[in-house]
Amino acid sequence: MQKKKKLSLLQKRSLMGYLFILPWVAGFLIFYVRSLIMTGQFALSSLSIDAVNGGYLLEPVGLENFRYALRVHASFKQVLTTSVMDMLIDVPLVTFFALFMAMLLNKKFPGRGLVRAIFFLPVILNSGAIQAAMELGAMMMNGGVASQATEVAASAGETMAFSIDYLIDMFVSLGLPASILDYIVTAVARINDIIAASGVQIILFIAALQSIPGSMYEVAKIEGATGYETFWRVTFPMVMPHIITCVVYTIVDSFTGSEVVDLAYSVAFDEFNYGLSSVFSLISTVITCIILVIVCGAIQKRTFYYN
Amino acid sequence: MGKSTTANAVKDYYAKAQAIISDPDQGKRFFNNVKNFLILLVKIAILVGVGYVILAPVIGMFVNSISSNRDAYNPMVYVLPESPTLERYSLAIARMEYLPTLLRNLLYTGALTLLQLLICSMVGYGFARFKFPFKNFLFGCVVVMIVIPTHTIMLPLYMTFREFDPLGIVSLITGSSINLMGTTIPMYIMTLLGCGVRSGLYIYIFNQFFRGLPKEIEEAALVDGCGVWYTYFRIMLVNAMPSVITVAVFSIVWQFNDTFYAKLFLISDNVVISKRLEGLRPLIANVDQILDPTIQQLYEDAGVLLIVAPILIIYIILQKNFIEGVERSGIVG
Repeated sequence: MQKKKKLSLLQKRSLMGYLFILPWVAGFLIFYVRSLIMTGQFALSSLSIDAVNGGYLLEPVGLENFRYALRVHASFKQVLTTSVMDMLIDVPLVTFFALFMAMLLNKKFPGRGLVRAIFFLPVILNSGAIQAAMELGAMMMNGGVASQATEVAASAGETMAFSIDYLIDMFVSLGLPASILDYIVTAVARINDIIAASGVQIILFIAALQSIPGSMYEVAKIEGATGYETFWRVTFPMVMPHIITCVVYTIVDSFTGSEVVDLAYSVAFDEFNYGLSSVFSLISTVITCIILVIVCGAIQKRTFYYN
Repeated sequence: MGKSTTANAVKDYYAKAQAIISDPDQGKRFFNNVKNFLILLVKIAILVGVGYVILAPVIGMFVNSISSNRDAYNPMVYVLPESPTLERYSLAIARMEYLPTLLRNLLYTGALTLLQLLICSMVGYGFARFKFPFKNFLFGCVVVMIVIPTHTIMLPLYMTFREFDPLGIVSLITGSSINLMGTTIPMYIMTLLGCGVRSGLYIYIFNQFFRGLPKEIEEAALVDGCGVWYTYFRIMLVNAMPSVITVAVFSIVWQFNDTFYAKLFLISDNVVISKRLEGLRPLIANVDQILDPTIQQLYEDAGVLLIVAPILIIYIILQKNFIEGVERSGIVG
């Protein structure tokens, strides 16, 4: 009793800590741990809804679902590859674009608040329903006012296509490797997606830039560093830790909105093939996690921590 | 007179140019000025250009939403419609049952945001200020929660709430499990247990912020005889205002825009206004007999703007605090 009382303040503190995080622990166990186990179970079995009792029946089929997904299913592999490729193309572009824009927006200039508000707009407009409506609108538009956006885009696309062909020819004859050219062309074509995907990242980087002590820039100035040197020797190392946050966010975000999710959803709720849908989810999650680990590991090695 | 001034000006320029060429110092300054000016121009061009890319669809939708049928087919009309009309809005408002639905949606979003703020700040505070066994492991679980895409667990979630039966209590009383599909209850339960829309991220933000606050505040409170809960509610949460605003804005925007959970839990379009948008076009085609897809598009654009408007207004009100909050809340870790 005496001993217990001696420890009680510390014990009480740690009990209090558990009390604070208790709701989340319960939620994590119920919704995440249990769900992940269930997803694994579903993936290994054929699931049928029991309409009479309202339950469901699991019938273990081993790796049949995996075999079906990878060997038989018409579009899964293709959709998965497209999503992963899109993500790999987007991540470096979004990261650097966001860093670049954050540096522009970080400086003081008249109308900064307004410009920052505009740059947050994509986050607001990035809702599934609104995106769908806008895309549908872009397809449907023809003639008159309703057509102006597509008209502009189309004419821009035409001239761009022309000039891009011309430029590609030029660079190819200069001897630039075709893969790099492809990447650049894809990047230019996806500029809309990239801007739409980088709203939160820009905010992250603005916050990161604000946290760099001003004295570092003073020192760099006194030592006579040029702007170029200041960026690579001061700014870039200092925001490096935040690049990981940003990359993780971009990868997860681009996968959440990718076609694999739509496919898994439609397989589960339109075709009622829950096992197959679980396999899709699991495979894409595992791939995402592998990519995350590789990318973060690669960045972490080169990261410099100030503190 | 005019001739002589021009001649003088030319002479001046000539003298200046001579000085610049002959004196390396002045030449350097001159080129620096030119360089800075060009850099400024490029910066402005980039900001305006990217801003235009972002704003263009919004401007386009706005123009569409106020143009009349004649404008829609008039190839001469660009940006400024000849006979603007608000008819698109009135019909879209009527067909989407805009005001009641919006009100319900805002209430739903607001309630969930308050829950998010309460739960996530509590959990973040718990992680930031208490020492307990397995703390690092549990915080690792928070990161895992951020990283795992929600669609991995969507089927089990669906099953869980389709046959909602926590610990067998419900079936003990009523004899069978209850179906919560089509209601908003699953969303409330998940948010209450810290697993709502991007809760992991909010826990992370709060944790970073509370860790950055000086410990002395709490110690003073403790010495003055505050309990842990009083300290948390009346002292820490008040000090955490920047991160509270940050999380509030993110939570409002993402909750309002969320279609994933709304689709998964089959939440009715009485509560989620963005679901009304999907039905707007068929409704207008069938009820109002407007069969021209171009004209339907104008109504849809009005609908999109109507849905975006409230969230935009909330953002503009909180905007200044929000950016400052992000800067100070240590969101970037």
